[in-house]
Amino acid sequence: MESTELLRRTPLYAAHLECGAKMVPFGGWEMPVQYSGILEEHAAVRERVGLFDISHMGELLVAGPNAERALNELFTNDVSKLAVGQAQYTLMCNQQGGIVDDLIFYRLEPSVYLVIVNAANIETDFVWMNTNATVSAVIENLSDRYAGLALQGPAASQLFEFSASLPHFHIQRQDVFGTECWVARTGYTGEDGFELFCEAVDSPRLWKMLLDRGRRLGIKPCGLGARDTLRLEMCYPLHGNDITDETTPLEAGLGRFVSFEKKLFVGQDVLVNQKEHGVDRKLVAFRMTKKSPPPRPHYPILADGRKIGEITSGTQSPTLGVGIGMGYIESAEVAVGKAIEIEVRQRRYPAVLEKKPILKRGQ
Amino acid sequence: MNIPKNLKYTKSHEWVRVEGNTAVVGITDHAQNELTDVVYVEVPTVGARIEAGKECAVVESVKAASDIYAPVSGDVAAVNEELSNTPELLNQDPYGKGWMFTITMSDPGELGELLSPDDYAHHIGA
Repeated sequence: MESTELLRRTPLYAAHLECGAKMVPFGGWEMPVQYSGILEEHAAVRERVGLFDISHMGELLVAGPNAERALNELFTNDVSKLAVGQAQYTLMCNQQGGIVDDLIFYRLEPSVYLVIVNAANIETDFVWMNTNATVSAVIENLSDRYAGLALQGPAASQLFEFSASLPHFHIQRQDVFGTECWVARTGYTGEDGFELFCEAVDSPRLWKMLLDRGRRLGIKPCGLGARDTLRLEMCYPLHGNDITDETTPLEAGLGRFVSFEKKLFVGQDVLVNQKEHGVDRKLVAFRMTKKSPPPRPHYPILADGRKIGEITSGTQSPTLGVGIGMGYIESAEVAVGKAIEIEVRQRRYPAVLEKKPILKRGQ
Repeated sequence: MNIPKNLKYTKSHEWVRVEGNTAVVGITDHAQNELTDVVYVEVPTVGARIEAGKECAVVESVKAASDIYAPVSGDVAAVNEELSNTPELLNQDPYGKGWMFTITMSDPGELGELLSPDDYAHHIGA
């Protein structure tokens, strides 16, 4: 149990209370888990638009003539493929190939990068990057100075005139209703949407403005509860649950974010070896096939009556109305469509291995 | 917070309505509000013997599973089958259609251990 006295608050703390949020500890922060209810907020994002506070996430600025080289040593994906204004999803690994963090970063200028890291890993990542790059770059932790808001959902683009000129996975400097922001067309929900980074002091005004302008579209403030169900339907991994410093990108099915062609990066030896010889366990997605209690982390996964793995994330899917989840199982057991069982309180419930993402779009 | 005057309560947020030798059990308005959207309810088996203070049912929201404790001892006489398909009744009508199970009490004297509406209100700081 985290002590509430030690928890940090985002600049939107008062705004959350005003919106009727239920606050919970998350990654060292006191964050809204929900406002009107997880199911309602989840539906708002899938059908209309929702607004999230993501100010707990860290913003690191990496700059200098060696910035690209430094990041290419630290990250698994190929940084040199990124044009100015583009975003890339990548992983940062340790020498054993374990995932220190997963992150999205943006090339703001030819030698300036904005790196967005997980809330619980800000200090770890900052120290890791400073100690493990062999060339020097300026790495600045701007996490206290910047706030982050995520506007997600099919109607999100209707709020901004600049939507048409900001393609998916790109970032631009924009004036958003009077607030200067870095606006990225990225997110963690599987829907179209934007992530806005602005000076912390400006964020309460931007929050109110977005809720106000979004009212005609049916906007809802959304908490971490809906953020978790939305990302899990899309099988986006959560660091600390589905990926940790003891699991590798190849085990997690994230090999497409590892560049095996580029020069040396931390963890490369292990990952190359895993690519050649395979891995013993893999992160799979599953869906319950009958009514069952919601699957939860650490519940056993069985096949033919034998334990083959354990759940890392699970929930009741608000969109599908059944239990869904992810977990690591023995590689030999991996096959889409395979019947498995999930054990909940000594009882077994049928499930099936699904192709990722669990929520198939355009259906 | 709604705390009906005709019920008895537990510190673990169950309510009891006494009908002769039978205790009807559910969770309080405060409990459903704290649990948030209920998506799954596991009620005890009819005929099962349950003991006061012991866990005997589970209520699950999107975020978490919570144990429900038997307010009094006895045999489970009936369970609310509706909750299997409409668990949200616990949120919508916690003292009515969201009742969970009934107990044929083996020791009605245990009712004396339960909280009055005022005591329960005090307990939750209402």
